[in-house]
Amino acid sequence: MAAKAFDEMNSGQTGSVRAPYRSVAAWLARTSPERVAATRHEVDLFYRRHGITFGAYGAADGHEATIPFDIIPRVIAWDEWQYLHKGLVQRVKALNAFLVDAYGAREICRAGVIPETQLLMNAEFVPMAQGLALPGGVHAHIAGIDLVRVGEKDFYVLEDNVRTPSGVSYVLENREVMMRLAPELFSALQVLPVADYSEELLSTLRSVSFSDDAEPTVVLLTPGHFNSAYFEHAFLADEMGIDLCEGSDLFVDEGRVYMRTPRGPQRVDVIYRRVDDAFLDPLAMRPDSFLGVAGLLGALRAGRVNIVNALGNGVADDKSTYTYVPEMVRFYLGEEPILQNVPTWRCDRADDYKYVLEHLAELVVKEIHGSGGKGMLVGPTSSKAEIEAFAAFIRARPDNYIAQPTLALSTCPTFVGQGVAPRHVDLRPFVLSGRKVTIIPGGLTRVALKEGSLVVNSSQGGGTKDTWVLAPEAGSGG
Amino acid sequence: MLSSTAKNLYWMGRYLQRAKSTARLIEATQRMALQSRGEEAAGVAAIFGMEDEFRQTQQQGGRLASLIDFLVLDESNPSSIVSSIGAARSNAREERNNVTVDVWESLNGLWLELSTRLRSDRAMLDRGALIESVKKQAVMIFGAAQVTLLRDEAYNFLQLGAFLERGDNTARILDVKFHLLRPDGNPHTDKPDYFAWSEVLACIGAVRTYRRIYRSALDPVKVAELMMLRRDVPRSVHHCLWMVDLSMRELADTYGTKGEADRLAGELHARMRYARVDQIFEMGLAKFLGGVRDDIATLSDEIGRQFLLD
Repeated sequence: MAAKAFDEMNSGQTGSVRAPYRSVAAWLARTSPERVAATRHEVDLFYRRHGITFGAYGAADGHEATIPFDIIPRVIAWDEWQYLHKGLVQRVKALNAFLVDAYGAREICRAGVIPETQLLMNAEFVPMAQGLALPGGVHAHIAGIDLVRVGEKDFYVLEDNVRTPSGVSYVLENREVMMRLAPELFSALQVLPVADYSEELLSTLRSVSFSDDAEPTVVLLTPGHFNSAYFEHAFLADEMGIDLCEGSDLFVDEGRVYMRTPRGPQRVDVIYRRVDDAFLDPLAMRPDSFLGVAGLLGALRAGRVNIVNALGNGVADDKSTYTYVPEMVRFYLGEEPILQNVPTWRCDRADDYKYVLEHLAELVVKEIHGSGGKGMLVGPTSSKAEIEAFAAFIRARPDNYIAQPTLALSTCPTFVGQGVAPRHVDLRPFVLSGRKVTIIPGGLTRVALKEGSLVVNSSQGGGTKDTWVLAPEAGSGG
Repeated sequence: MLSSTAKNLYWMGRYLQRAKSTARLIEATQRMALQSRGEEAAGVAAIFGMEDEFRQTQQQGGRLASLIDFLVLDESNPSSIVSSIGAARSNAREERNNVTVDVWESLNGLWLELSTRLRSDRAMLDRGALIESVKKQAVMIFGAAQVTLLRDEAYNFLQLGAFLERGDNTARILDVKFHLLRPDGNPHTDKPDYFAWSEVLACIGAVRTYRRIYRSALDPVKVAELMMLRRDVPRSVHHCLWMVDLSMRELADTYGTKGEADRLAGELHARMRYARVDQIFEMGLAKFLGGVRDDIATLSDEIGRQFLLD
């Protein structure tokens, strides 16, 4: 790495342990390696027994992998969280205002802040979503904002996820595991609980129903049990006490959406869908989709059912729109952004393009529509040949790439092999927007388990940690 | 069948259920303590009606960890998990010829496991694993009874004991917890604390059940309704007293006689069946639950008298 990374435990003044981590450090010091190894084994058993698994499409042995969980928690002090909370609320408000505008009057384009082509030429733009007046003016009901930290006070937004962000089930299950397997760690601290997420999610979903019904019917629409996030879909439906539907469980009749039940058709008011836009309605989108419900978008347009998150949110979270988010905050809210973007070069701009190609060895280059840590180049850890090969991609389609400096992501102590070593982490808080905005304290901490690696995605060898936000009286300052 | 057999099966049901309820309650309370750092020990002791005993036995001054040891491991406490499993096992042992091999072996297996764990170093003893094991294996023992026991008198006495105990446990948990969270008895005093109320439900393993039934935010009145009056919730007071009434009717059919215990069981069942939650809060939850619990205790005495168990 170019610079030594900020370590969230050990980078206190004069290299001391930072205040929020004091009891974690003490626990590490007094816990024997055997005890730790035993606990890690129990964690793995717990995840398997609960069926908390992901992905592994097409693995011949039907193997379901668990995402590695590291039992050393990631700790965030109360004042740090207050700052992040304010910044997240502001950013998601701006993103929602942008989505209303993007599918409405497009005033931000007329004001010359964002070029109209940025919107209309975007592959994620959904023309059918134009002119819809959604309840509460909310499009991004559930937003996962990926944050990274590089210093004591320096946080950046790495990307916004406002389509169907996943991972919250790990936040809840990680906490369960920690309480069960390392209760002694909690005894010295007051950690803010996260278990009310499902209650907040259900009340958010209900608050955006078109109908005036006091208890609107909400369902979760899943692509089915082959989907890599199926565990999360079933988990959330169970936690909320709502039905977990596949496309075939729902139908549209005279513009209303119903689910098939043994008692007959039952009206559905809000669909929390974990199915991508393109598959939602074979009549309106991809005709070959078996995952959706024919006529769904008609029912949406008629104001008979709300779909969460809204259609076409991809225009707000791709990596080229990202560069405009600070401008959105200023334009819609008249405020200065609290959370900063990572400085970003857009390869579709001549100056940036030239700079990027000359500095590939220092930069991280990403595909605009890429996700999951694929289709990216991490300059400093790549070979000359890899860089050359990637440069060819950029030359072929400059508008498909952005580049950012290689950030020294903060590190947290993590169990590796037989010892504890610093590993890079990020943070994905989940922001719920309905009639009000709520954020459970913390979020999903992902950790790159390979030494020096900056890629935290679970598909690329990343793991997770429980994220602890401390209550105000405990461990403030640093 | 001998009265002594009936008595053993009745108490085997009660003790096994008691161990299971205690295990669940401790687990829920520990979770709560981890999340709130509240002083939970007094509340737990109150549920077992043993604040005094607890303070006398323990010199540490009411810490949750020492209370848990008292409730889980202490063989001098007749209601501890270890004592309850030991008692249930000795009831079953006396009736080896009246219970199936599956029931006996699963119960004996649990007892052997606890004995082994108790012999190990107390400092190294994993309480969480012990509690988990009791919960899981109690389910297996009751499951073995469900699928293997002949549906005769013996079965009905086992059922009677288990459901009487379970109904009383739920009523007691609700009574004490409600009083702790709403000392004035008014469910609408202030905004319900999600974590506190979900812990109350967790004591009877009904957090997700609540969501399924009400599909709404946690509300103290609905929590009370679920725990007392929902017949479809297997640990509700209503469900338990319904099952008690059923077993009493089966026994009445078998013996061709009825007595005060039958009348009381029928009356308790009817009370839970026709009660309305708003009326209960009008008269006062504590008063209502106090009445139910007194009558459950009387019913247990009457069962003893009627079937010559004592």
